[in-house]
Amino acid sequence: MRLQNTSRRKSVLIFLLPFVGSICFVFLWWGLTHFLADSTPMAAYFIPEKTWQSGLRLFSNGVLVEHTLDSLRRVFVGLILALSFGIPVGLLVGSSYIFGRVSNLFFQLLRMISPLSWMPLAIIILGIGDAPVYFLLGFAGVWPIILNVAAGVAAIDPKWLKMAKSMSATKIEILFHITLPGIMDHILTGTRLSIGIIWIVLVPAEMLGVQAGLGYFILDARDRMEYGDLMLTILYIGVLGAGLDYAARWLRRRWRYYD
Amino acid sequence: MMKSADIHNAPVLQAVGVSLRYPENSDYVLHNINLAVYEQEIVALLGESGCGKSSFINLASGLLESSEGYVAFCGQEIRTTPAKVAVVFQDACLLPWLTVYGNVAFALKLESLRVRADECKARVSAALRDVGLENAASKYPARLSGGMAQRVALARTLARRAELLLLDEPFSSLDAITRRSMQELLLDIIHKYRSSALIVTHDMDEALLIADRLILMTKENGETRLAEWNLRDILGKARGADSDNAQHYRRSSTFMDLKEEIAESLAYSTKAFGLSSKNTAHMKKQNFLVNLD
Repeated sequence: MRLQNTSRRKSVLIFLLPFVGSICFVFLWWGLTHFLADSTPMAAYFIPEKTWQSGLRLFSNGVLVEHTLDSLRRVFVGLILALSFGIPVGLLVGSSYIFGRVSNLFFQLLRMISPLSWMPLAIIILGIGDAPVYFLLGFAGVWPIILNVAAGVAAIDPKWLKMAKSMSATKIEILFHITLPGIMDHILTGTRLSIGIIWIVLVPAEMLGVQAGLGYFILDARDRMEYGDLMLTILYIGVLGAGLDYAARWLRRRWRYYD
Repeated sequence: MMKSADIHNAPVLQAVGVSLRYPENSDYVLHNINLAVYEQEIVALLGESGCGKSSFINLASGLLESSEGYVAFCGQEIRTTPAKVAVVFQDACLLPWLTVYGNVAFALKLESLRVRADECKARVSAALRDVGLENAASKYPARLSGGMAQRVALARTLARRAELLLLDEPFSSLDAITRRSMQELLLDIIHKYRSSALIVTHDMDEALLIADRLILMTKENGETRLAEWNLRDILGKARGADSDNAQHYRRSSTFMDLKEEIAESLAYSTKAFGLSSKNTAHMKKQNFLVNLD
């Protein structure tokens, strides 16, 4: 009985630890900004109280929700682009030795170019608006998917393929009944990494050539000198990003139902 | 290809002058194999590791292509696995994301069989009942023991209603007690479904218990040699005997003598490229098993 209580207390404590960390961060933030406010008057604009007031205002009038929906739409479209290109290419890289060798150097080279450096080229070709942002997000998010899918194909148990062939399965049947479910774990891992990269690239991408979105709203808040709004949006982006990552992890855990 | 006269009385499975060598390796894995499995017959292919038993199963199931000769199922040369041939591997090869039911139904949903939904359900239920897993249909492979997983693999082949079962050391990874019960189960199932079977094994007891005919495969100087024992004649087995009869044979003195004879044959052929003359009373033929004329 005592053992049970101890273990329950321990799990409650483990559950509360992240909240304790967040509260400590807020106190640190509060202390630092108030401490600096005496010597640097600018710091007074960034105190937690102002951020809290901005939060109440921006959520009650729905402004932040609109920008959030714009940003999430771009993340979603970017992710769909990355998945629709990344999965077939990853399958090719993983299943064809020749294609893997041919594409390896080229892909490594492209992967190392910051997606934002394509922005001028994307605007020249696709014009101003959502299209270049979609391109940048898709381009940023495609690499973890290609690499994970290729690794997944290489890691598929050859016994499953042999079993399917012994049952006269066609190539298409093997693709849909063995390969894709077999690499789903890798696809979801790639998706999670991709969401992380897309979310990071989203904010600077929205600072160029669009009129809505959280990245745009940060610049807008700076121009309006509403530093409480700016601080709130920065924190809000972090919270939303963590939420998206948690959702991707949850999805992967759901797929591993058979373990 | 076979002549039409041969097709008329063709065995279920027939290998004619089959040789196999991989392109990168000039040595033959199998050389000039001639053997046959007839209707409702269980043939055990016994041999030491590396003699090419599993390669032969891969050829017979259409997973490999022979370098010379051909393997035919019901008179038709095998190029891909025929729908009426089912293979059971050493590993159960279950798909972890499908339930036991899903794994058994897997082949029935493929283009080659495409069984109707209601028939699929009936076949899977019957197959699971036959292997004693009717209560485990919703379980995932991760929750199954080795013996249960192999039962699911057996159920998967039963659901296909295959005429020929090709079994590649199906019970070698199981413990002795589970292996014994699985052997009996296999025997009862083959007896019930009136299938033919070719079972590859290196377990002599298993071969003698299950098979109607035993073929010993050895390799000597790159040549594949086959020797045959007709267990139905030697042990007085009835064709397609079930597990109750099998236990009866196991206790007979002929069984023990035969086991010793085969063990000696295997030892001599491995050591001296030839078979002992003193203890081969039951052996029928060497290096030739099917009269093709």
